[in-house]
Formats: sequence, structure tokens, C-alpha cells
Amino acid sequence: MLFVKQVSSIVIKDILAELRTKEIISSMLIFCLLVIVIFNIAFEPGSEYIKEVVPGILWVAFTFAGTLGLNRSMMAEQENSCMQGLLLAPLDHSSIYMGKLLGNIIFMLLVEAIILPLMAILYNVSFFAVFGKMLVIIILATIGFSAVGTLLAAMAVSTKTREVLLPILLFPIMVPVMIAAVKSTAGALRGESWAEIGLWIKLLSSFDVIFLVVCFLTFEYVVGE
Amino acid sequence: MENNFITVKNLTKSYGYIRALRGIDLSLAPGDFLTIFGPNGAGKSTLVKILSTLVKPSSGQVEIDGYDLTEDTQELRRLIGVISHATFLYGNLTALENIKLYGRLYNVTNLENRTDEVIEQLGLAERKHHLVRTFSRGMQQRLTIARALIHNPRIIFLDEPYTGLDQHAAHLLSALLTQLNNKERTIVLISHNLSRGLGLASRIAILVEGRIIYHQYRKDIKDADFEQLYFKYVDKEIRVN
Repeated sequence: MLFVKQVSSIVIKDILAELRTKEIISSMLIFCLLVIVIFNIAFEPGSEYIKEVVPGILWVAFTFAGTLGLNRSMMAEQENSCMQGLLLAPLDHSSIYMGKLLGNIIFMLLVEAIILPLMAILYNVSFFAVFGKMLVIIILATIGFSAVGTLLAAMAVSTKTREVLLPILLFPIMVPVMIAAVKSTAGALRGESWAEIGLWIKLLSSFDVIFLVVCFLTFEYVVGE
Repeated sequence: MENNFITVKNLTKSYGYIRALRGIDLSLAPGDFLTIFGPNGAGKSTLVKILSTLVKPSSGQVEIDGYDLTEDTQELRRLIGVISHATFLYGNLTALENIKLYGRLYNVTNLENRTDEVIEQLGLAERKHHLVRTFSRGMQQRLTIARALIHNPRIIFLDEPYTGLDQHAAHLLSALLTQLNNKERTIVLISHNLSRGLGLASRIAILVEGRIIYHQYRKDIKDADFEQLYFKYVDKEIRVN
């Protein structure tokens, strides 16, 4: 119970701060909008190719925007050495990880919920016909992305080159998630069944479980000394 | 025999080839107010970071109230409050939200009352709903003290708490520290400011190049002589090394 209380305190703190500043969500949203609008300009309206590239564009927008969000979220802990304040408290350091992770997932899902309908309008793609599949894919990919991203952002945030370092560290590890997210989204949009996209869903689920456990256990060493 | 509350034995800390602490021995009783002076890079902050469980020592033993520093970290953290020049406060939260956050993390019972109590004690009741980023440096430092006191710690570590404070705010901080010093609470202050550090302490130590080279009860030190004595010890130690 204490663990839940501590985790929820950190999540509420992040949400309260974000409600006031809107720094994380606004920067992620603007980036996502730029990506989908620029790609939309690049392709002819009604072009055959659009539906083929929509999954790629979608996940390029989400992952790059997610990186911005992860950096900003962890930078808040650097200001006034707040991370030290958390580390001094009598709590399991993995609860700090869980708190930051849940906050990052919430912010990313919120941005994705706003971007998806816009994407549907701009690219004339019906995500709503495959809403269930899209929901599962987006939730699983966002969890995987945030699980690794939160850990690596904590590692990169204390360096001067954090904006560059985080994507360099994160994207190679995220390759399985990106492939699975793009392939399963494409499959869903083509009207494939659950069984047909099942392999990619399993890959996303396995990645989430493995990296959630690994990151949960290693966070203590990342934020220590 | 002295009732030792904090016992440090042969404590060392190295960062690669740099030896930040080289065999610190220290004993403090409940109610002691130790001020540690020393030049930049002496290892003062490293010592406080180790004692407050932020950094692990390379070797040596630290026992606080019977708890081993490396084994019983969680229990120790409940006993300790840290105040430094960094506030550990979230600028985009209000004073009240900051204090409540730390109260929940320390699992403080009766949090509502305790929060009001410390905020009142620090004279911040009228600004408790204001965002911390709108506070002056002095007010932020008072809130920092409230944050450190929320769980009523028996030990307070202060690492250069006067940094960035104007004369008035520094005077207020000294008055607060005098209030906080009681028979139950042990305070360790790190300061560059000889007069402020002397004024509050019951014991004085000088740390140079990772060693405590001078340790004396305050009552045995004459104010007028201390500055000369400090420079004599520091100069001598730096020349030797």
C-alpha cells in the first residue's frame, strides 16, 4: 500500500505541474502536428500510397514527440535538484521510476488520443473501424517506449547533451517496438484479423514485460551516484 | 561514556583516483550541533551526502541511532532531514503541494495537521497556495526547512544553507536553526561563513583535503582567535599535501 501511495504521489505531482505549465503535452502535440502536416503536404490527396505510409508516419510522430516528453519530464526533476529530494525520502527508488513512468504514459496517451483523430481526417484513414486493435497496439507500444525511455531519460538528463543522447540511447533499443507497432498498425488498417497481427502484439507484450522488469530493477543504479 | 548517536569510523570515499574523504572519525550525541568548516573541495559535501545516504562510502563504518548506513538505509532516511542550497522544491507546485508531496513520501501520519503546523512555524501560511517559483530566495529557503521538517527528523544536515540568502534571510535562518536545536535533535552544518557557523555550534570541526584536522567543543574556542586558527590549520594542511 505504501508503494502505491508513493507512486501515486509522484504521478499526481507530475500531472499537477503539467496542468499548470502544459510544457510536456504542448511540445509533444506541436511536434506531432508538424510531422503529420508536413507528410500530408508531401503526398497527393487521395494517393494510393498514403495508406501504406500512414503507420510509419504515425509512429515517427509518436516516438520523436515521446522523446521530447521524456526529456522534459525528467528535466523537471533536475531543477532545484528535486531528484535528490526524492532519493532522500524513505522509499524504494523503483517507486520513483514507476511514478515517472506512469506520468509519461499518461502524457503520451493523451497526445496520441488527440493526434489520432487529426491523422484520420488529414489522411482519410478510418482508425475507428479498427478501434479495438489500435487501442491495444497504441497502449502496448506506449508502455514499451515509456518503460525504456523513462530509465534512459533519467540516465541522460544529468548530461549536457541530453537532447541528443536520449534518442541515441533509446532508438536502437526501441527497434523491436517500432517494427511491431508499425507492422501491426498497417495490418489493422488493412483489416487483418487479431490472429494475423497476433505475432506483433505478442512481440509488443513480451518487450513490455521484459523491459518493465529490467528497468524497474535497474533504476536504482541509474539514479544512484 | 558519551551517548553516541552518530558514529563514523575510518570513513573513506574515492571518485576514481580522487580521494574525497580519507579516514573520517566522528562521534555525535543527541543535541549536538556540529559545524564543519573547510575550503572548497575539502570533502564537506561528500561527507554530508554519505551521512544522508545519497552516496555510498568506499570504506568505513557509519552507524546512526544503531542503524548501519549501508544496511538500514530506509530506516535511516526517516531520521534525517537535509537542507542545502538546492531547495528540492518543485517550482510549478504550490508551497502546500510541495510539503504534502514530501509528507506522503515520508508517510507522515496526520499529514494535514502536520503540514499546516510546519508551514505556520516557518511563517508561510499566507503564501501556502502560491506557486514556489514566485517565492523569493529567502522564502524558498524557509519552505525548504519546512520540507525537511515535515517528518520531524532527529538529525538535520545543512549543506551551505546560507548560499544566495540576503542578510535578513540569513539572520532568519540562523534564528530558525537556534529554535530547531534541542536535546533530541542533532544538527550538522556545513558552512564557509565562520561567524555564522560559530554562532550556532556546540562543536566545531575543520575538514581539509578529506581529513578532519581539527575538532573541538565550541566552549573551548575563543571567537576572536578562531579565524586565525582556521587559516593556520588550513594553510598548514594544504602546504603539507
